[in-house]
This record gives sequence, C-alpha cells and structure tokens, in this order.
Amino acid sequence: MTDKPIQGEQRVFMTGNEAVAWAALAAGAQIMYGYPITPQNEIMHYWTRLAPMYGRKFLQTEDEISAGFTTIGGVLAGVKAFTGSAGPGNTLMQEPMSMAEMMRLPTVMVVTQRGGPSTATVIYSQQEVTMTCYGGNGEGFRIVYSTSGQQDLFDYTIKAFNTAWKYRFPTFVLGDGYQAKMREPFVIYDPELRGIEMVKAEPYMGNPGTPGIDRDPAHLRNTYNMEDELLEAVRQIGAAYEKISPEVVEYEQFETGDAKVLLVAHGIVSRAAQGAVKVLRQQGYQVGHFRPITLRPFPGVELKAAADKARHVLLIESSYGQFKKLVTDGIYGCTTPILSYLKPGEGITVEEIVAEAKKLF
Amino acid sequence: MAKGAKITIAGEGGQGVQSVANILSEAAYEEGFESLYIPNFGPEQRGGVSVAYVQIAEDSIGSPKFKTADIVIALSDRAVYRTRKYVGPQTVFVYDANIKGVEDALPRNAGKVLAIPAIKVAKEELHPRVFNVVIMGAVIGATQVVSLEKAKAALEAKLGYKFEQDPSLRELNYKALERGAELVQGLI
Amino acid sequence: MSVQPQMPAVWRTETKPHKFCPGCGHPLVLKALGEAITELGIQEKAMLGCDIGCSLLAWDLFNLDSVQTHHGRTVPIMVGIKRAKPEVITIAYMGDGGGYAIGSQHLVNTAMRNDRVTVILVNNIQYAMTGGQMAPTTLPGQKTETSPYGRDVEATGNPAQGPEMVAAITSEGAYVARGTVADVRQLKRFIKKALENQIAGRGFSFVEALSLCPTNWATNAKETWRMVEEEMPRFFKVGELKVPGEKKEG
Repeated sequence: MTDKPIQGEQRVFMTGNEAVAWAALAAGAQIMYGYPITPQNEIMHYWTRLAPMYGRKFLQTEDEISAGFTTIGGVLAGVKAFTGSAGPGNTLMQEPMSMAEMMRLPTVMVVTQRGGPSTATVIYSQQEVTMTCYGGNGEGFRIVYSTSGQQDLFDYTIKAFNTAWKYRFPTFVLGDGYQAKMREPFVIYDPELRGIEMVKAEPYMGNPGTPGIDRDPAHLRNTYNMEDELLEAVRQIGAAYEKISPEVVEYEQFETGDAKVLLVAHGIVSRAAQGAVKVLRQQGYQVGHFRPITLRPFPGVELKAAADKARHVLLIESSYGQFKKLVTDGIYGCTTPILSYLKPGEGITVEEIVAEAKKLF
Repeated sequence: MAKGAKITIAGEGGQGVQSVANILSEAAYEEGFESLYIPNFGPEQRGGVSVAYVQIAEDSIGSPKFKTADIVIALSDRAVYRTRKYVGPQTVFVYDANIKGVEDALPRNAGKVLAIPAIKVAKEELHPRVFNVVIMGAVIGATQVVSLEKAKAALEAKLGYKFEQDPSLRELNYKALERGAELVQGLI
Repeated sequence: MSVQPQMPAVWRTETKPHKFCPGCGHPLVLKALGEAITELGIQEKAMLGCDIGCSLLAWDLFNLDSVQTHHGRTVPIMVGIKRAKPEVITIAYMGDGGGYAIGSQHLVNTAMRNDRVTVILVNNIQYAMTGGQMAPTTLPGQKTETSPYGRDVEATGNPAQGPEMVAAITSEGAYVARGTVADVRQLKRFIKKALENQIAGRGFSFVEALSLCPTNWATNAKETWRMVEEEMPRFFKVGELKVPGEKKEG
C-alpha cells in the first residue's frame, strides 16, 4: 500500500488536473483538503480515487476558507498538505493564505485560473496573478510558479512541496483552466530517481515530549501588540524572503541576445510566445521572448537586462494588466517602451502574437 | 494534409464531439506526434454547443486554441454558426448534410465546403450511436493525421470493455470509421 | 394535436428553452414557485436571488427582478435587500451545497435572526453543476466524484438535516417545511405558505425540496424516480416542521 505511486518514468497523455494529482502523490503529499470549483475539480476526483491506494487522505470541506485553514492545520501537524482552487474560491483562500504568509507556513496550493472578476467564466484566464502573488492583507511573501503546460504542472507541483518545506513560505502553482482541462503528452517520473532532493516535513505542533517539561511548548502567533513589534516581525520575514529569492527565482529566455522586440509573457501564453519567436525568426524578424517562471520572487533584474537591449517590449497576457504591473515594478528604470496586448479571460494564439510583433517592425 | 492538423469539431452536447476528439488526439499521441486536445465548456452540465479543438503536429504546440483551423466539422445548425470564425482560405469546412436551413450561414471564405451524410449513413447502414465514429473516420480521411489502424487501436483502448461484452460492436465501430473515411474520399 | 403545458404567468418565454438538463428537478420546483408567485399576486414586488450551481440557471427564467450572487451568499444578499426595503418579497434560491456547506453560516445566522426572507433550497444530494461531488446531503454509501468508493459516514458524517436544524434555531413565527418534486402540489402548498409567511411579516421561511439529477446520478428515468420517491425520504422526512401557531401537515 505504501509503494511508490510512480515507478521509474512513463510517457503519458493526461489532463493537467490529473498531472497535478500524480505529482502530489509523487511528492509525498499526505492529505488534500478541497472544495468543488471548476476547473480544478478533477484534481480532487483523481486524488480521491488514488489516495487510498497509497495511504493518503482527503477531506472535502464546507468551503474554501475551510480548505485553506485545514491545509494549514495539516502543515502544523507536520504533514505535506495541499489544496487547490480557482476564481471566487481563490478569493476566499486569501484569508488562510494571509495567515500562512505571516506565520511562514509551507502550504501548497494549485490555482487553475478562470475568468474574473466574480463568477465570470469557468474556462480560463490569467486574472488571478495579483491575487495569488499579493492577495489577502499581506506583503506578497509567497512563492508562485507559473506553469505553461502539463510537464510544468507535474514538475512544479513536486517542486512546490520541496520549496515550501525548505524555505517555509506559502507556495503556489499557478496554472489555468486550459492546462487543467487539455490533454497532451508528457513524462511522469519518480523524483528521487532523477536526483531531486525530497525535503521532509516537520511538525510545528505535537513534537515528542511534554511541553514545558521535556521541551518548550510551541506558542505560535500571528498577532502583535505594538507597532514596533510588527515592524520588526515583518522586516524579519522580508529579510528572509530576500535572502532566499536568488535561489528560488526561475526564468527562461528564448533568442533574446539580439532581439529588437522582446516578447514578455508567462504561463501558457509563454508557449504561444515561444511559438511566435520560432515563426518570426524563420521569417527574418529579430524577436526574442523572456518568460518569468516564478512570478514571486520576480526575476526583475534579469528581465530588465533583456529589456534594456531591445527596442520594444511587447507584453502579452490574458488579463487587463495584472502581469504588466509585476513587470513594470520589476524593471523600474528601464526606458524601453512597453506595448501591451491584453486579452482578459481569453486565450492568445501564436498567430495573434506574430501579427502584433510584426507591427513593431 | 498529412504531418499535422488543426481540427475544430462542434455539435450539440450528446452528439459525441468530445469522445471523437479524445480518441483522435490519443491515437495521434500513440503514433508519436505532439497532440493537444481541449474541450470548450461553459457552466451547464448539458446542452449548449460542444466544441473540441484538436492539434496534431510534429513540433511542440504553442497554444491550446488557434485562430484558423485546417478542418472544421459542424454537426448541428448552431455548430455551423459557432465555428465559422475558425475558417480561413485554406480551411476545409465539413458539415452534416442533414442540417437544414444553414445555406446562408455556410462560410464563403473557406477553401472547401463539404456536406457529408454522416447522420444518414449511421442511421441507415450502421446505428445512430456510432454517428460520431463516422465523423471521426471522415476527419481521418480528410486530414490523414493518423492511420486508420492507430484510430482503431485507440477506439479499442477506449471502448474495449464494451466490445468484450458484445463483439459485434467492434465490427460496427470499425465499419463506421471506414465508412466515414470513404465519405470524404475524392472530395478533398 | 400537441399539448401545451400551462406555465405560470410569471414565466418569461423569451428565455426559453431553459438550460436545465433533461430530467432535472429544478424546473418542477420553479414552476411551483412561479405559480405560487402568480397566485399570490406578488410579481411586482418579488425578487429572486440565485446561488452558484444549477440554481443559477434560473436567473432569467421569470419576469421577476433577479440577481446572480456568489456561492453560498444568496441569503445575505436577499437579507441585505429586505432590510433596506422591507416591502419587497425576497426569495433566495439555492442548492444543497450553497445552503448547507459554504452558505451554512449565513443560513444559520439568518434563521437565528428570524429574518423575513424566504429560502427555497433544492436538494439533489450532490454538487451538480461542478460535476457531481459529494454534498452535505449525500446519502450513506452513495458514490460521487469525491466519494468514489461510497460516502463513509464514519469519516464524513450523516446526510445533513437542514430543515430540522432551521426549525430548531428559529423563533416563533418562522415557517419551515420539506417538500418533494414527487408531490409537486404539496410542494407548491408549502412554497405558498412560506411566501405568505414573509408577506405577513411573521418570520423566516424555509422550504427544502427533494429533487432529481439523473445526469450526475447516472440513473435512468425509473431509477431516478425511485431515488426521490423511495430512497431519499428514508433520510429526509417530507412534511411541515414548523408552522406559526397552526397545525402542521405531514
């Protein structure tokens, strides 16, 4: 019953939601807490079917607020716990995630972005960037991976558990409804066989020994009495976050060396941008693409370096400017003009990006 | 049109659009291609136009949706209206000959517009239930994206358990595939 | 010769055919609700709030001012309207998930306050619109997408007894009942009494309606009706639970 869920490596043809379920199993997640909301439901459907075979657990909670707080509970108990949500559910998750931020709890949450604001559509968007990166009443001390397809979803869901438990910040896998529902080929694998260091979970509460006698009691707080106490606490969290950022930050560059037009996009739109670079280069256009993989911490320094060399930045997202805000904040001081192609809630094709980029030549 | 295709299939919920797309994309994957399938979906459980986007290619696929399809298959009048926007000058637009009242709606900018009697063939020669397999045969015949053999294998993988219980179903489904491919022969 | 069914006057024909699945129980409940509204003559001042879930498909069904809300938040929105404008008749329409899971805190508090709103809750023992996940009212052993091996009551509790809870925590003046689409005439009587309770300003009114979902139950017609006529009443008692000062039916 406690055999490894994935033996060796295997090429598969699956939806993103299924990929997440398998990755969580492979990462050693012990329990999932969740609540129904489209388009992430199938993560729960696969998990509830597979979990008993590997001694893992599940609870469907009464809502997302509870799913977030029960996930925190799992983590406090020293167990790899995760949850998933989207749209209005993600909105509700912000309350528990604020607590996770303040108390540096290694929660893992998968987000399958759908249209917003409010109920909007169940389909797709990139409109949960601001919320996932900076939601709640926090300062954004979170780690956010933006995935561009099934292989990413599998790889980064495993990584999310390791990152969360190593660095102790709430960690998010930011996918979307397209990735969740589409089917494409990728490779699932046993992470240990690939030399990936699997970080162990540890309890925050319930360690062996009697508190006050054998050991200090765990007294975990998220409240402070005076302003100066809070200032100190937040500065400490901030300092820790800055310290680990260089180890955690991830990005990819495609032919940016001599690019006159730099395409900047994340998540699944990055794939379309990559496709556009191929097409445009074939036609003789000097176009490159910078893809931030972590939106938090944001690769501002590296992006600025690439943007400084270009004549134009073309920023593309399925939102009204949420990613753009991260970019302009991250590359502050860069004087390269930025043009935006913003399509809130709708997919962006290779053809569209090619057409937009050509306008700049 | 071998070596890849962008395919849009649309029909009423219940006509088997998603099953066809699923099996087709899986067959392409088995054949070693890059394959990406995504359904269109709204909040309702049933009803509404069901649309499927399938991309088969040798290179990595950029986005789950596309602007212009190589082939569009519309199985209902609403589907005709819904899929016109995916038509370009190279697109083959296929619709079921049974659909009435869409002459004005048919795209004028398509490379080719074909009416195929899939519903009729299914009803009169096979069984109404395999209508969508006839369609799948037509898509394969028109695009040559996968071999009929691989398509049969994919059908077997999906429906094998039903074929075990009633082997005549296997015959029926394979025949439907072949008939579908025959329907577009010579037209493309 | 074709038979034209009689629809309540408050039915909006421009938005038909509606989007509910074939075999769904919602249209039966809504027809009863529409007839009650018509017979009580409250079309002008009745307002409908729909939850997120299949209930949301009713948002443009009637010639009534209607509002889509958020999942579980229909009750507070209708309370908000009623407190601001007491002369309107507010109806909160939702499913078992919206009422007993995510919306439970609002339901409990509104019931405790005896707010003069009417809640109509359609119980089809699972989350339908999202594809059939387990709900608080899911039956023991019932297979759903998130209880694929059958609901384990040891692990997840017994089916929620919503009207019983509401009846226990409301004050005198509240009306609480559970009807079923297997007896639409009785259901309509209950809905009418619930609305009359609000019109008279006596207190909170709540009607749960046992309903069907052949789509997610994956049942044929015969099995679907067996579920609602025989199986569900084993866990959910049909009848009136609380009637202001009068004799109860059921």
